[in-house]
Amino acid sequence: MKPAPFKYHSPTSVEEAIQLLGELDNPKLLAGGQSLMPMMNFRFMMPTHVIDLNQIQALSGIELRGETLYIGAMTRQHDIHTSSLIKIAAPIIAEAYDMVSHRQIRNRGTLGGSLCHLDPSSEQPCFISVLDGSIDVVGPNGPRSIKMGEWTSMYMTPAMSEQEVMIGVHFSPWPKGHGWAFLEYSRRHGDYAIVGVAVLVTLNEKREITQLAISICGISYAPCRLSNAELKLLGMKADHNATTIAAQCIDAIEDIMEDAHNSSDYRRHLAKIYTQRALELAFHRANNADHGQHTH
Amino acid sequence: MDNIHIKVSVNHRTYERDVDSRCTLGDFLRHDLGLTGTHYGCEHGVCGACTVLLDTKSVRSCLLLAVQANGKKITTVEGLAHKDGTLSVLQQAFTECHALQCGFCTPGMLTTLTELLAENPSPTEAQVKSAISGNLCRCTGYQPIVDATILAASRLRGPLSPSPQ
Repeated sequence: MKPAPFKYHSPTSVEEAIQLLGELDNPKLLAGGQSLMPMMNFRFMMPTHVIDLNQIQALSGIELRGETLYIGAMTRQHDIHTSSLIKIAAPIIAEAYDMVSHRQIRNRGTLGGSLCHLDPSSEQPCFISVLDGSIDVVGPNGPRSIKMGEWTSMYMTPAMSEQEVMIGVHFSPWPKGHGWAFLEYSRRHGDYAIVGVAVLVTLNEKREITQLAISICGISYAPCRLSNAELKLLGMKADHNATTIAAQCIDAIEDIMEDAHNSSDYRRHLAKIYTQRALELAFHRANNADHGQHTH
Repeated sequence: MDNIHIKVSVNHRTYERDVDSRCTLGDFLRHDLGLTGTHYGCEHGVCGACTVLLDTKSVRSCLLLAVQANGKKITTVEGLAHKDGTLSVLQQAFTECHALQCGFCTPGMLTTLTELLAENPSPTEAQVKSAISGNLCRCTGYQPIVDATILAASRLRGPLSPSPQ
């Protein structure tokens, strides 16, 4: 047995989970367990109480509520990856999940778990960022929504209190005919990205850019929206000139993170190349009749 | 100790035990039930050797607590062969294609690929490789494992079905 001793709790409702969080000393919420369990096996994490969310049925599901797409926090990554609703409404999510870890991990791992773990190189906060998603949490003072842009309070720490439970994510799907791309560079298939780039775009009939969102993971502690490029490219033709200008905007980003393997300069270099490639692919797919070709 | 009573079906046999809450499913299978076919390599979700089927889904048994399997159906490598001991079609293909050498990764490979063949009767080589991307093998170079899976898929489909390649 590798984890340190703890007391196990298995609430069946969100209210019960919030109550336990408030009462217990040194608790930890357990979602899919694909990051927390390794940390507990290594004893990097030694919670006194583990509150398992897996019995709370209300936290799982994917549904359209009017114009808004809602994904429950405990929805398994595999179920999102293979959802026909997601493939139509947000194909960028299905594309990103092709690169998220391996099938055994996606079978168990959850979107909510990943968004709360907040690894800076993870694809999942990045696609929620490019979709302008909001995260729904609930605590003793009731429910509230936190925009993805404000979700990361610091390195691997979400902006919710220790009394709160994440219940889901919601966002407005982009219009039919939008272009999308999620591209990344990683050392092996299924590894975390060194750098990943998510792009969403709409073009008019003259193939001018009418709406654009770009988000990059692996360069900062939070997914980084390339806001200046998003503004500069509006109204421009969707061509090589536009992708070059977008890549130049990456030169202006200060403090790109680095580690022993990947320097800040290398990550910047990758971010520029992958931003150009992702824009090209998204431009190609926009208003393209056969753009539903999600190959996997 | 935080002992919890659980009831689990493993390979169609029901077991009831008291387990410590911190006991992982893999440790429970190996030490409490004596089912040592499930192998433990890295114990943090990287190597894939401990993969078992939870209901029908492949999962890492080192990243699941035994208490989380309460009321669930588990299939381990011991549950893949037929009752009389004849190998499953996939296991038979593994022996014919030399898809194992030391055998350490094999339980994880077989459970993962059993799931793949159940959901996709005609996988391409690329799909097989993607399916086992989370399973490390240091002996075979993987190609014999891919070949065995393609062979098993064609046998499971029957003689009249076209190959996807």
